[in-house]
Amino acid sequence: MAVHKTTIKLTKAHRIRSDTSESVARFEIHYHRCLNAEGLPVYSLSEVASDPERLARLYRAMMLTRLFDTKAVALQRTGQLGTYASSMGQEAIGTAIGTAMRPDDVLLPTYREYAAQFLRGVSMTEILLYWGGDERGMNYQQSREDFPISVPVASQTAHAVGVAYAFKYRKQPRVAVCILGDGGTSKGDFYESLNIAGVWKLPVLFVVNNNRWAISVAREQQTAATTLAQKAIAAGIRGEQVDGNDVIALYDRMRLALARIRDTHEPMLIEALTYRMCDHTTADDASRYRPDEEVEAQRVYDPMHRLKRYMLNNGYWDEHKEQQLNKACIDEIEAAVKAYLETPPQSPQSMFDYLYEDLPDALKVQRAHAAGRKRDD
Amino acid sequence: MTEVNLVEAVNLALAQEMAADDDVLVMGEDVGINGGVFRATINLQKQFGTTRVVDTPLSEAVIGGMAIGMAAQGMKPVAEIQFMGFIYPTIDQILNHASRLRNRTRGRLSCPMVLRAPFGGGIHAPEHHSESTEAMFAHIPGIRVVIPSSPARAYGLLLAAIRDPDPVVFLEPKRIYRIAKQEIEASGEALPLDTCFVLREGSDITLITWGAMTHDTLQAADALTEEGIHAEVIDVATLKPLDMTTILESVAKTGRCVIVHEAARSGGVGAEIAAGIGEKGLLHLLAPVERVTGYDTVMPLYRLEQCYMPDKQQIIEATKKTLEFV
Ligand SMILES: Cc1ncc(C[n+]2csc(CCOP(=O)(O)OP(=O)(O)O)c2C)c(N)n1
Ligand SMILES: [Mg+2]
Repeated sequence: MAVHKTTIKLTKAHRIRSDTSESVARFEIHYHRCLNAEGLPVYSLSEVASDPERLARLYRAMMLTRLFDTKAVALQRTGQLGTYASSMGQEAIGTAIGTAMRPDDVLLPTYREYAAQFLRGVSMTEILLYWGGDERGMNYQQSREDFPISVPVASQTAHAVGVAYAFKYRKQPRVAVCILGDGGTSKGDFYESLNIAGVWKLPVLFVVNNNRWAISVAREQQTAATTLAQKAIAAGIRGEQVDGNDVIALYDRMRLALARIRDTHEPMLIEALTYRMCDHTTADDASRYRPDEEVEAQRVYDPMHRLKRYMLNNGYWDEHKEQQLNKACIDEIEAAVKAYLETPPQSPQSMFDYLYEDLPDALKVQRAHAAGRKRDD
Repeated sequence: MTEVNLVEAVNLALAQEMAADDDVLVMGEDVGINGGVFRATINLQKQFGTTRVVDTPLSEAVIGGMAIGMAAQGMKPVAEIQFMGFIYPTIDQILNHASRLRNRTRGRLSCPMVLRAPFGGGIHAPEHHSESTEAMFAHIPGIRVVIPSSPARAYGLLLAAIRDPDPVVFLEPKRIYRIAKQEIEASGEALPLDTCFVLREGSDITLITWGAMTHDTLQAADALTEEGIHAEVIDVATLKPLDMTTILESVAKTGRCVIVHEAARSGGVGAEIAAGIGEKGLLHLLAPVERVTGYDTVMPLYRLEQCYMPDKQQIIEATKKTLEFV
C-alpha cells in the first residue's frame, strides 16, 4: 500500500498495521429459483417437480388461498367482514411453508399467510371469524400449538425464539417457523430475536415475506441493505433469498432448511421475494402511493400462472382439472363462509371468560354487568 | 373561519406550525405520500418536502428515541405512531428518557417533542387497534398527556403541544375523527394545556370525561336536560398533569360527580380524579363518586366492542343513581 506523503512522520508500527490489514469476514447471499415466469426450468429441478400429485397439491393450496382472499375482500366490501388483509400474489410462500412443515412444528404467522395456516389445518371459518371480530377465530381446532396471527409487526419473532428454546430444552426434533414482512425486518424485535437464535443455536426458521411494500413504505426506504437475507449473516445465521413466486423453489428450500435446522439446531432465514398485488388491507388504497404500472409489471410473475404453465408444459395438468379444482375450492369456501355467517356471536360476558384461568372475585361484578349488555347486531 | 373535522384540525395545526417554525418536523410510518393511515398528515410532504415530513422504517422504538435526540438539539419533532397499539416499544424511550432528560441534566437538555397516536375503540378496527391505555402514560412523571375531543381543541391543543418545551403524548380519539365538523378560527392561537375545559355549565351534577366519550357524555347531558337535570360537563383534555382546581370547583358547586372513560376501570385516570376529589372535595360531596368505564378486560374484537364501550345510557343511569343518593 502506498504511504501517502505527509508532514506527520509515521512510525514503523503504524505502517505495519495498515499494511497487514486483512479481510476477516465476507458473505454471499444466494438467490434460488427453479422456474422462470413462463414456467420453464432455469436450474435443475428436484424430484418434487416430476411428481404431478405433489405439484397439484401445491397448486390447490394456492388456488384455495387466492379464491378465499377474493371472497373475503368481497365480504368486507359488502359489510359482512371487518378490515381484511389479502395475500393476493403471495400465495406461494405460505403454500411452501405449510407443505414443508411437519404437523408438530409450530407456526408463528403474520396476517398474510393464510396458505400456510390452511395447510396447518386452520379453517377458513376460523380466519373469517378472526377478521369478523370474533376471538374464537384464534382458537384453532388443529395445530393447537400454533400461534394466532400477530398484528404488532415482528413481535412474533421473539415468541418463535422462545418456542424454539422449549424444543431444544426438551430435545425435540421440532422447528418454530416464524413469518414476518419486509417492514418487520426494521424492528428491534427482529434483530434481537435473530441474535439470540444465532448465539444459542435455536431451531427456528425465519421467513421474510418481502412483498416490497410496508403499507406505503417501499422496500428501498426500509433498509439500505442489498438483501434482507443478509441481516441473518450479522447474527451468525445462514440467510438466503428465494424467488417467492416460485413455489417449487420455495418448497425445496423450505424442506432443506427445516431438515437442516432439525438436524443441527441451527436457525436459518429465508427471504422470499414477492410482490403485494393488492392493497395493504381493505382499509388501504395503494393507488395513493404506488403507480399502477408497477403493479401491472408484476402480473407476469404470478406464482399460480407459473406453476400452471409448468404443469401444462409437462402434461400434468389440463383445463378440465383446472375447472374441477376451481369448483371444489369455491364449494369449500362457500361452506366456510356459510359456517362463518351462521356462527352466533359470543355472549358479552365471554369477554371475561378467558382472561384468567379462574376469574378473580374482583371481576365478578363487572362480568355480571356485562351479561346485561346488548350487542348491536 | 374554516370548517373542519377533528383529523382535519390536526392536519391544519401541523401545516400551520410547520410553516411558522422551521424546527417542526413530522415523522412516522406512512406519514408522507400516504398522508398517514387516517390522513392526519395529508399533503404535508408535498408542502414541506421529504426531510421535514419523514416516512420512517417500521421502527417504533427508534421513532420515539430519535425524537428525543432531535428535541435535545432544539428541533420540535412531531412523531406519529400509527395506532396506540404499536406505541409500546416507545415507552422505554418515553419513560426512561423523554420524561427525565430535563431532570437528569438539571435543565441543560430538554425534550420538546410530541408523540401523536390515534386511540380508542368503536370503529370496528382489527385486533390491537382499539385500546385506550392513556393511564399508562398519565402515570409517567415529567410528560404531558393531552387528548382533544373537538376540532377546535385538536387544533389549539396540538399547537400548544408542539410549542410546549416538554414532551407531550397527544392521543387522538379516532372514533370522533370525522364525526362532526366545526367552524374554527385558524389564527395560530394555541389553547392552554394543563387546564380542563368546562363544556357545559350545570348545577346538579358534574360529568367528567375526555376523548371520544366527551361526545357520548354531551349527548347524555342533553337527554338529562330534557328531564330537568342540569349536568356540568368537563373535558379533562390534559390528563397529566391534572387540573384538579377546575374539577374541584365544579364538584363544590354540584356536590355530585360521575367520571366517564372508555379505558379499563382499574388504575384508570378516573381513579386519580376520584382520589383527588376524595382528598380535597369530600366535604362537598353529596353522593359517592361514580365511574362509568370500560371493563377490566382485554378490549374485545369488534363483534363485542359495543358491549365493552361505555355508552350514553350508562352515563344517564349513573347520573340518576348519584342524584338519587341521599
Ligand atoms: C409494530 C407495528 N407498527 C405498525 C403497525 C401498523 N402496520 C400494520 S402492517 C404494517 C406494514 C407491515 O409491512 P410488512 O412488514 O412489510 O408486512 P406486509 O404488510 O407488507 O405483509 C404497518 C406499519 C403494526 N401492525 N405493528
Ligand atoms: Mg411488506
